[in-house]
Amino acid sequence: MATKQSHRLARWMMAPSVFVLLIWMIVPLALTIWFAFQRYRLTNPNIKGFAGFANFEFFVTDPAFWPAIINTLLIVVGVLVITVGLGILLALLLDQPIWGQGIVRILMISPFFVMPPVAAVVWKHELMNPTWGVFAAVSRFFGQEPVNWLGNYPLLSIIVIVAWQWLPFATLILLTAMQSLSEEQKEAAEMDGANVFRRFWYIILPHLARAITVVILIQTIYLLGVYAEIQITTGGGPGFASTNLPFLIYNTGVLGGNIGAGAAGGLVAVVLANIVAIFLMRAVGRNLDA
Amino acid sequence: MARAVSTRRKLTMTILVWLVALIVFFPILYTIITSLKTEGEAAAGFSMLPSFTFESYAAVLDQQDYFRPFFNSVVISIGSTIVALLIAVPAAWAMAFTPTPKTRDVLMWMLSTKMMPAAGVLVPMYLIFLNTGLLDTLLGLTIILTLVNLPIVVWMLYTYFKEIPVDILEAARMDGATLGKELVYVLLPMAVPGIASTLLLNVILAWNEAFWTLRLSTDDAAPLTAFIASFSSPQGQFLAKLSAASVLAILPILLLGWFSQKQLVRGLTFGAVK
Repeated sequence: MATKQSHRLARWMMAPSVFVLLIWMIVPLALTIWFAFQRYRLTNPNIKGFAGFANFEFFVTDPAFWPAIINTLLIVVGVLVITVGLGILLALLLDQPIWGQGIVRILMISPFFVMPPVAAVVWKHELMNPTWGVFAAVSRFFGQEPVNWLGNYPLLSIIVIVAWQWLPFATLILLTAMQSLSEEQKEAAEMDGANVFRRFWYIILPHLARAITVVILIQTIYLLGVYAEIQITTGGGPGFASTNLPFLIYNTGVLGGNIGAGAAGGLVAVVLANIVAIFLMRAVGRNLDA
Repeated sequence: MARAVSTRRKLTMTILVWLVALIVFFPILYTIITSLKTEGEAAAGFSMLPSFTFESYAAVLDQQDYFRPFFNSVVISIGSTIVALLIAVPAAWAMAFTPTPKTRDVLMWMLSTKMMPAAGVLVPMYLIFLNTGLLDTLLGLTIILTLVNLPIVVWMLYTYFKEIPVDILEAARMDGATLGKELVYVLLPMAVPGIASTLLLNVILAWNEAFWTLRLSTDDAAPLTAFIASFSSPQGQFLAKLSAASVLAILPILLLGWFSQKQLVRGLTFGAVK
């Protein structure tokens, strides 16, 4: 059926997508590389010319650099641990026969549809505020001093906020995977006398392995770029306590007007993301063959 | 054979699961409750009982500055979705129905463009927007959101189109259908659900996108993400109004999301989990 003509037509049909994405892939990255080796200040047009590795040196020796790298990784790891751990638990719960399953699913999935700025302001002003926040009320109820969450534990607070946003995603995907496990298999294990924990460890968990991998990899791509939540809740502070890489790049490149150093920081982020991407492509690519 | 579950066990599980679900949902619930309080009540501290007043909604909607961001969000999320679909439908169609040995590589390459961290290319994009006058325009934001979501749109459409049985085409052809008839009466009806799901998910993603929309807009084109972000520091008595504005910003997407939760999994995992 596939004739030469239909293949030519197919190429034309793909051309717009390929062309657009090719430009989107090449132009900004090429410019980032170019700027990373240029002296370029938004505020002073007299500074120009080839910079060598000066921009990288500037960015890497910024006192915020190592905190930003560590915070970036802590956010990724912290959110992953919470969302995957709790996600498995919630998926197991949702897989049980209960009344009102449809509504429970809707409640549980909702945080994912909340735009990051709304999540950030709601957690900041209504839950974590040490004076009128809900958490403060809970602390007082138990006779404790209210905790200034964002002031004293900025990074942990941000991890909790972001984890709340991604928990539904992990839960939904793990639940979908769990439901594809056949009832017969579960029943057979039950009849063989395997207890709940053995059934979970030897049957359910291996079945979820693939879904867990996908959750981890996709979330990592997004978590490396957490931005709005930080800008709104802590502004990266106190000090650099909650500054991550995207935040530092924006501060250096755009706010600070040092385009060269911002671009150099951008390349650091690209390298970091690529390491993750290689693994994701493998996991998703395997599915294409199946 | 379905397992018999004792009513008692089902009741215990129901209570447990509902409790957990309400905890997860609580921040949204509390925002809705706060939005129905007066500013005085909201500032007074924790309370689950509002006086059910709509004055905060009235106050938010009265301000001219709410409608513009709302309008901007609608334009850029729907605009970018339509443009992405126009570009992606032919591509996904071609790859699903006339696959070549290279199709797989092309798909993987498209996915790889999604891996580019936004922060990595922020600086040049900012300069390009600054120098072409696209900064803080609806056109600029529509373009960037189209680019950001195009790979997901292609992938999602591809996984849907692939499930359309090709045999049915042959059958239609045997019955004497022309290419045009084939397209309109056979393929299109089967493709519409997939296109609709893709459209829905992409509107949600575009509506909530909060990196480029915050960084490449300042005022005129600022969508709801930027409008809400402006509440980052306290401003007098503002909790009830903030809550009302938040509810208005998330409600349309929450409703769309509830309808599309099944497609969500497939779309966000690039078809890896169905």
